[in-house]
Amino acid sequence: MFCEHRSWFLKIDQLPRRGELRFSVACAAALLFNESTRADVAHKTRVTKRLPSSARGGEKGTMSDPILQMRRVSKSFFGIKALRNVDLTVYPGEIHALMGENGAGKSTLMKILSGAYTPDPGGEIRIEGKVVHIDGPLGGRAAGISIIYQELSLAPNLSVAENIYLGREISQFGLLARDSMRAGVGPILKRLGADFSPSSLVAHLSMGQRQLVEIARALHARSKILIMDEPTTALSAGESERLFSLVRQLRAEGLAIIYISHRMDEVYALGDRVTVLRDGTLVGSLDKPQIRADTIVRLMVGREVSSFYKKDHDPRARSGAAVLAAVDVGDGQRVKGCSLTVYSGEVVGLAGLIGAGRTELAHLIIGASPRTSGHIEIDGRAVNIRTPGEALDAGIAYLTEDRKSLGLFLDMSCLDNINLSVLGQDAKLRSILDRNKARERADIAFATLSIRAADVGVAAGGLSGGNQQKVLLSRLLATAPKVLILDEPTRGVDVGAKSEIYSIIDNLAKSGTAILVISSDLPEIIGICDRVIIMRAGRIEGELRRTATSPLNQEDIMALATGVEQLDAS
Amino acid sequence: MPPDNSAPVKAASAAGFAVAQTKRQRTRLMIRAAGMLPVLVLLCVGFHFLSDGRFFSGQNLGIVLQQAAVNTVLAAGMTFVIITGGIDLSVGSILAASAMAGLIISKLPELGALWLPAAVLTGLGFGVINGSLIALLRLPPFIVTLGSLTAVRGLARLLGADTTVFNPSIPYAVIGNGSLTLVPGVLSIPWLSVIALLVILISWLVLRRTVLGVQIYAVGGNESAARLAGIKVWAVLIFVYGVSGLLAGLGGAMQAARLYAANGLQLGQSYELDAITAVILGGTSFVGGIGSIWGTLVGALIIAVLSNGLILTGVSDIWQYVIKGLVIIGAVALDRYRLQGSART
Repeated sequence: MFCEHRSWFLKIDQLPRRGELRFSVACAAALLFNESTRADVAHKTRVTKRLPSSARGGEKGTMSDPILQMRRVSKSFFGIKALRNVDLTVYPGEIHALMGENGAGKSTLMKILSGAYTPDPGGEIRIEGKVVHIDGPLGGRAAGISIIYQELSLAPNLSVAENIYLGREISQFGLLARDSMRAGVGPILKRLGADFSPSSLVAHLSMGQRQLVEIARALHARSKILIMDEPTTALSAGESERLFSLVRQLRAEGLAIIYISHRMDEVYALGDRVTVLRDGTLVGSLDKPQIRADTIVRLMVGREVSSFYKKDHDPRARSGAAVLAAVDVGDGQRVKGCSLTVYSGEVVGLAGLIGAGRTELAHLIIGASPRTSGHIEIDGRAVNIRTPGEALDAGIAYLTEDRKSLGLFLDMSCLDNINLSVLGQDAKLRSILDRNKARERADIAFATLSIRAADVGVAAGGLSGGNQQKVLLSRLLATAPKVLILDEPTRGVDVGAKSEIYSIIDNLAKSGTAILVISSDLPEIIGICDRVIIMRAGRIEGELRRTATSPLNQEDIMALATGVEQLDAS
Repeated sequence: MPPDNSAPVKAASAAGFAVAQTKRQRTRLMIRAAGMLPVLVLLCVGFHFLSDGRFFSGQNLGIVLQQAAVNTVLAAGMTFVIITGGIDLSVGSILAASAMAGLIISKLPELGALWLPAAVLTGLGFGVINGSLIALLRLPPFIVTLGSLTAVRGLARLLGADTTVFNPSIPYAVIGNGSLTLVPGVLSIPWLSVIALLVILISWLVLRRTVLGVQIYAVGGNESAARLAGIKVWAVLIFVYGVSGLLAGLGGAMQAARLYAANGLQLGQSYELDAITAVILGGTSFVGGIGSIWGTLVGALIIAVLSNGLILTGVSDIWQYVIKGLVIIGAVALDRYRLQGSART
């Protein structure tokens, strides 16, 4: 079992240095970024080897005293334990990764630290050795804890300085003292290496810059503990890299950072220690040398995941007829003359940096936004697709990357969510609902995709991320599409469900569906695709094919996605 | 590696969590479905005692049902609109214009019998215009219907040259004042109420048993997702505003038949507020995507019982306004409270 995981990571790595297995695993992630990051990781690995954090507790001196100690902290809602007897210790100058499947209790833990939830009596929270009671949203900040949520909590129409001082504005004679606020913020922004001024409007900043504002806000409040919840989900690779070096800088300054992430590569690159939660219980803490994918995955899901990526289908086993062809498709702005073809029974990856225009291209293909050039062919015949409805009629189904705002109807039942796109064709007289058929479809979907919910009548909003994704996928599959475009199919999905989604994709390819997978997760693209098309700045930059002798590799993809080779050539 | 004090996880705990969660969801759904029914029952019983037993008499109940009828019809249309996350402020004005149009046609010697479809179609026409502006020009519903609230009121006055139009011999007057006798001498239901109940029943069928109904909920729940799922959002929107207009037209016809007269200035003033109140009292969420037509019926009955009961117990006209206003605020507070616990995240 363990060997299988190791081989999975070596596959990603493509640089097997057998003597330094662990080291190379840590670097695998860094390859995504650049050489300096890799060196940085190497450096850090050595440092922490000299100073294993397990030994820190016994050492003397201020650095080794834990900044945060949680003892037997529990939280129940209406008698249901969302968190039970969690013991968590965090040291200053440490990046403490917190992992767990969706619903494992990470956000409950976080909300206790921020003061949004009051823990059940019996447990205690100590900060710098002193017992604290965190009450209300301001309590966390008062105790020195700042949280940066996935959805940033900035007011877009206020300036950077005003945002940082939000709730603690300086006033003179009852008027806002804008100048002294700007002056107070300046040094912190400088320290963080910000390239914008305190008076910039937040609405004009990029996601990465906004995150910087959040961090500045935390530093300005003199927080000693910084909790980051999936900070890179909305960031491009370059921005993530800058964030990583900033996080390391903050660690060097003695801050304790609790880093919540679903992405293994980030945890390798940053984590000094990894704590895994499962079903509200802390199931283990690993120190740097023990951080390994197989161990983490096993702790998270509580069982072995035999093979994570699944790719049994063989595109050559099918007739190999072109099913979807996009010819010279563009919108005049973000997508410029893109052509691509997907064959029957083939899984094609569409890779690229955030902002490369991949989602926009998908939207043009399905008619969700207007094309200014090009046309779409299905089975070799040109089809006129102007709306997503017409795309479905033509046999193209699209899974959105933004499940909650563009995909699901959270208040509606799973049954309705699954049947929504086929209601018309199932209906009697084209208008009266066929409720038995709908029920049957939903039951079949629940069984084949193993969707875990009490009943098909449960509102979709109550399910976990992975199950929501499967419900959404079921809606697409109900239309029996010839072409399936999956945009970030495993975003916000826990490890167990990820693996299940991969095998669903694999089975669909076996049955002859043409599948286009848009993903920013390169190991995923490499793990499941036969071919990768790479986009950069609105154009198709190149294509890589998996062959028996040379599998796909991350460096080649990243080189095309970032255009590094062209820079070298010039 | 796991710390020794971390308890082993029981698979049962996760399953128990899920079961308890759905149980909670189910009770929440039941509360939502039952909604205001207990309040209605309490109000009826309370007024019965406060009015020395005059509330529960066959005659008084008939009056309550008749008073509730027009508002129920308007509120049914409003339910369609609010489920899509919109609002229709123009129903009172459309009601007036439709009633005027109906009465004017009824006075024409040859076409007199066509006054009823004329009134309903007038309402439908205005509704479709509202819907088209909202769906095709993508204007906010509040603004569009606020505009037509004023504009259609003006047209209603224009139709009768700003006078009251009478027609003492209007055809089908029976629907306004007659009753359907179920048990002779004991039980009869006003035709107005029969129409209102039929409207509710048909609305329920459309909302819950047709493809269009699911699509209406879907558009209200998540408009962008509905578009991506292949739903013709524009068609759904034109339909709901069309229905709201059509039912306002029907309401106008009901009023005209009842009064044998219509007046472009006074008829249907602020009826939209009663209709909205009924919908919100019925548990339909202003945000869209959640709501039921039976709730709306209960909401409309609550308003009628409140008016009737306050009169029976001798509360002054002025205080009736105050109490009704507080009921509206209480209803919106309830809406907020309901949303807090919903699956929306």
